[in-house]
Amino acid sequence: MTCLASTLFAQTPSGKTIMDKVDDNMSAKTRIMTASMEIGSERTKRTMVSKSYGEGDHKSYTEYLAPAREKGTKMLKLENQLWIYSPSTDRTIQISGHMLRQSVMGSDMSYEDMMNDKPLLEQYKAEVTGTETVDGRNCWVVTLTAIIPDINYFSRKMWVDTERYVPLKEELYAKSGKLLKRITFSNIQKVAGRWYPMAFVYKDMLKDGSGTKMTIQEIKLEASISSNIFNLGNLK
Amino acid sequence: MIKFLFKGLMRDKSRSLLPMLVVSLGVMMTVLLQSILGGFLNETIESTANFTTGHLKVMTREYSKNSAQIPNDLALVGVDTLKKSLQKQFSNISWTERIQFGGLLDVPDSLGRTRAQGNVSGMGISLLKNDQEINRIDLKTRLVKGEFPTKAGEILISDDLFHKMNLKLGDKVTLISSGMYDDMAMYNFRISGTLHFGINVLDRGMVIADIEDIRAALNMDNSAGEILGFFTGEMYNNKLAKAAAQSFNAQYASSKDKFAPVMLPLSDMNDMGFLVAYSESIQTFIVVIFIIAMGIVLWNAGLIGGLRRYGEFGLRLAIGENKNEIYRSLIAESFLVGTVGSVIGVIAGLLISWYFQAVGINYGDAMKDATFLMPSVMRAHISLTTYYIGFVPGIISTVVGSMLAGIGIYKRQTANLFKELES
Repeated sequence: MTCLASTLFAQTPSGKTIMDKVDDNMSAKTRIMTASMEIGSERTKRTMVSKSYGEGDHKSYTEYLAPAREKGTKMLKLENQLWIYSPSTDRTIQISGHMLRQSVMGSDMSYEDMMNDKPLLEQYKAEVTGTETVDGRNCWVVTLTAIIPDINYFSRKMWVDTERYVPLKEELYAKSGKLLKRITFSNIQKVAGRWYPMAFVYKDMLKDGSGTKMTIQEIKLEASISSNIFNLGNLK
Repeated sequence: MIKFLFKGLMRDKSRSLLPMLVVSLGVMMTVLLQSILGGFLNETIESTANFTTGHLKVMTREYSKNSAQIPNDLALVGVDTLKKSLQKQFSNISWTERIQFGGLLDVPDSLGRTRAQGNVSGMGISLLKNDQEINRIDLKTRLVKGEFPTKAGEILISDDLFHKMNLKLGDKVTLISSGMYDDMAMYNFRISGTLHFGINVLDRGMVIADIEDIRAALNMDNSAGEILGFFTGEMYNNKLAKAAAQSFNAQYASSKDKFAPVMLPLSDMNDMGFLVAYSESIQTFIVVIFIIAMGIVLWNAGLIGGLRRYGEFGLRLAIGENKNEIYRSLIAESFLVGTVGSVIGVIAGLLISWYFQAVGINYGDAMKDATFLMPSVMRAHISLTTYYIGFVPGIISTVVGSMLAGIGIYKRQTANLFKELES
């Protein structure tokens, strides 16, 4: 095992190379996906189904399909602005300020997490700091340290599959070194010629509960999306 | 004997008037202080109880630990059943559920876009079923404009915020808050009225709506952050409250569930313990202070009186009266003086207390920047204790004063008596 690890480390590509390859797998010009989100709090489990459309890093639109209370709730993200439409109030509200720190539909993910989709290499310096095994797969441990101020997570640690260049685990840390969030990716499948995790568990380490499990039911990458989708008028 | 002493006192005004005046004044002050301080402390305790803590409060264990953050995700569930069991177990206590929350109040423009937004702290209380909570929180005197909600979807908002956001009665506003499952909750209300509390922290952004609306808004079906208990028709009684809490909590002592209900008496919440303890010991404190103060004054008055009556005591000893008898008659006299002075002092104190109980002292202007809940009108409170508390320092201090002053009687030497009388 030690021998394998040292061989692997000797052939290690740079942090930037790994992150570029991860980006090739995880990013697409467009994506349409239907996913279920299972939120496990200490007292209850809730499952939501949503359909979302994304174009690059800056545009995304999500509509919740179930359960009844959340059905019809829509979110639109354009650049660094986020709006939410609630059918029960028939109001579209822009989420800003401290509201961005709130949880998305009670999940372990905050609106701020949702908004931050700048390429990681624009925000962090990547460095390979070791090799480890996750779920029986050899991984490079890539440590990302912030190179810009005012960032939600000062550092990240990403366990990247050495063969498929897809993250299997990620930990997000505060400047103090406190672990804030942990994401574990699973069910890696080939989608449109690239490796893509079809499920992940997002865990806010400061909250009790089992975390939020996202399971992608259907995904289309590089599909054509009407420009009307990313329109404020489409929310109502 | 008493008749004889009383006649003596009436005929020799110099012997009785000063001590009686001192006793009356002291007793009046005791009665007044007890009723005013007692009234003020009671009103402060009751205001806090009515608005925030109840005489008793039931929460989940976790909610209780983090109650300052109003963690509605840790709220009580199955409130109907819990309330029924509380009513059965504690029939002398009236139980009511409340939901505290924080959030944003969003005002739309004609196109439904955000025109104004303000931070609010709010409370969901039973408003539509009956007036009990309205009266308890004294909302009628705090209503500035409009009316109380008469149907679902109506809300009361602080008058300051109403003006700041340039609102009109009947305007639609959207409450944005965190739901019970930590999700973002949005709910529309129409403004039915405005409130003024006279407390900065509440006037900045308080909203009050019916609890069923808040349940719908925050996805808290049959849930509540808190169930408050109030002794029916009575003021807070710490002994009873502690006993009730102890017996309720004993039922869940073996449970490891962090969402198990826990009951706290008012004295264990919001740093009220000191105020309750102070309120309980205030009567003893006042009585002791006045016994010491009046005792010193009356001791001195007794010494002066004793000097003036030096000759009289000498004559009485010379004609064969026993020293003990003279000492006893002196104490009996002081007892009479103390009793009469106390009666006068209690009557005077009660009359003034009654005035302060009926009218009160309005100091609301001085409290306009307060950051905590206090009554704006300070009123005296005449209780059973007010009627008898004055007699304790009134009689004890007079008797003790005379006992100290009369010790000199025993120092008189029979051999010198006639010499003293001659001089």
